[in-house]
Amino acid sequence: MKLAMAERPAATAARPAFDVERVRADFPLLGRSMRGQALVYLDNAATSQKPRHMIDAIHRYYEVMNANVHRGVYQLSEEATSAYEWGRAMVAQYLNAPSPAEIVLVRGATEGVNLVAATFGRRHLGSGDEVLISAMEHHSNIVPWQMVCEERGARLRVIPINARGELEMEALPALLTPRTKLVAVVHVSNSLGTINPVEEIIAQAHAKGIPVLLDGAQAVPHGPVDVQALDCDFYAVSGHKMFGPTGVGALFGKRALLDAMPPYQGGGEMIRSVTFEKTTYAPLPMKFEAGTPNIEGGVGLGASVSYLQQLDWPAVAAHEADLLAYATERLSEIPGVRLIGTAARKAPVVSFTLDGTHPHDLGTILDQEGVAIRTGHHCTQPVMAFFGVPATARASFALYNTRADVDRLVAGVWHAREVFR
Amino acid sequence: MPELQDLYQQVILEHNRSPRNFREVPGANRHAHGDNPICGDRIRLWAKVTGDVIEDVGFLGSGCAISTASASVMTTVVKGKTVGEAERLFAAFHAMLTEDATPDRQALGTKLAAFAGVKEFPARVKCANLPWHTLHAALRSDGAGATTE
Repeated sequence: MKLAMAERPAATAARPAFDVERVRADFPLLGRSMRGQALVYLDNAATSQKPRHMIDAIHRYYEVMNANVHRGVYQLSEEATSAYEWGRAMVAQYLNAPSPAEIVLVRGATEGVNLVAATFGRRHLGSGDEVLISAMEHHSNIVPWQMVCEERGARLRVIPINARGELEMEALPALLTPRTKLVAVVHVSNSLGTINPVEEIIAQAHAKGIPVLLDGAQAVPHGPVDVQALDCDFYAVSGHKMFGPTGVGALFGKRALLDAMPPYQGGGEMIRSVTFEKTTYAPLPMKFEAGTPNIEGGVGLGASVSYLQQLDWPAVAAHEADLLAYATERLSEIPGVRLIGTAARKAPVVSFTLDGTHPHDLGTILDQEGVAIRTGHHCTQPVMAFFGVPATARASFALYNTRADVDRLVAGVWHAREVFR
Repeated sequence: MPELQDLYQQVILEHNRSPRNFREVPGANRHAHGDNPICGDRIRLWAKVTGDVIEDVGFLGSGCAISTASASVMTTVVKGKTVGEAERLFAAFHAMLTEDATPDRQALGTKLAAFAGVKEFPARVKCANLPWHTLHAALRSDGAGATTE
């Protein structure tokens, strides 16, 4: 696909250090003002901002390439098909999947989990069987399993967490039982920031022959993932959290598992032949992609990955670690701030509460100062219940955030403390 | 541009700090709970209605400053009023937060009018309305409860 080479940003030369201002210039929205000040965007765990490279790729797709994919015999359709399939191939590269055929393009990580629950889950779960999740899952990795467990008479079991917001790994061996059909855990927690020891979980589960699904939605914005090194069986991501468009995401599945699974939805694209007596299904990955796909989404996701591929990831990781350490330190200095999630290994996510101030009031005050954070339960109500809070304020950072952003956040929290003193 | 002090009026900050009627009501014959599933705000409300008069009303719960202050002010305003008067106040309050017409400050009184600024913060309108929806459910006493969703 020509798009891959032609549209890759030219700036692939080695850089001495991470240049955050140069990265910020790639994201048009970061230049806008909010309530009279420069916008500080700290809700990256909800969705990331978009590089111009990705926005332009979608724009160009519609201006010069738009056609339906996979079936046209004319050149325009072939170009659209190859742009869309290029997007899939880029995701395969970013996740180091053995082949693009093992990448199913879906609406997002939520649909990826639902796909596995509806196909693998329905096929393999019987009465008394178990699915093992963790106490820090996003609702998207709880509810699909509850639904299929209820339908199949199976049981949902939960790896507990400790007061720092880390998995209680000592509990894991006893939770991996002969009835466990799947382990489904989050790679990086959206509300706590915890990076889970997924290698250890996979090793223990595989030793007992149990496959493992990872919800990677919060991991991939912070660097490429190697599903082969992890040896995970399924890996779900959302495009919009990794600087791509909304409405598209990807599910990696090992070929043998995907081959053995029944289709997800029925319709066009996913068939080989249809008669009223018998339908045979398309090979991977089309078997799981009924209907005209989100073509612009696939193209945009490919472009966001191509943008991410030219970054110096060790430098990004150092920059994000610095933001996390600085935000943690500065927020901890404020009397009445309680950090929720203090794991030893964390992504740049800081959840906190402020005594005497409800998170929503804090969010409104910060918004007045042009600082966007998330307040609420972050679709992790069991985590809120565990920590005994109705909600938290959450600042989540991306590679384009700066220490100056942290300073604006911290000043806003001090101000909120004044208002509600 | 709406200013922060338009939202967090002194009367709102003060009622949030020291909510009035923050208790169950002995001998209550009306009860409802309300929740805002997006925020996690929860309120339980009790009222004692004799004839047509709200003799006593109280609430417990946890929520943001806007919902807590709104509940507190509401209890002080509706106590001693008839059910019909309380419903008319709810209608006027709701209109103040959601409609473009100039609020009827005379009917609302200064304490309820203090919430006029909430209108400029659309994400927070539900917070101010939740206690009133809950009161409305309690007075109907169909036990259905109130929700902002």
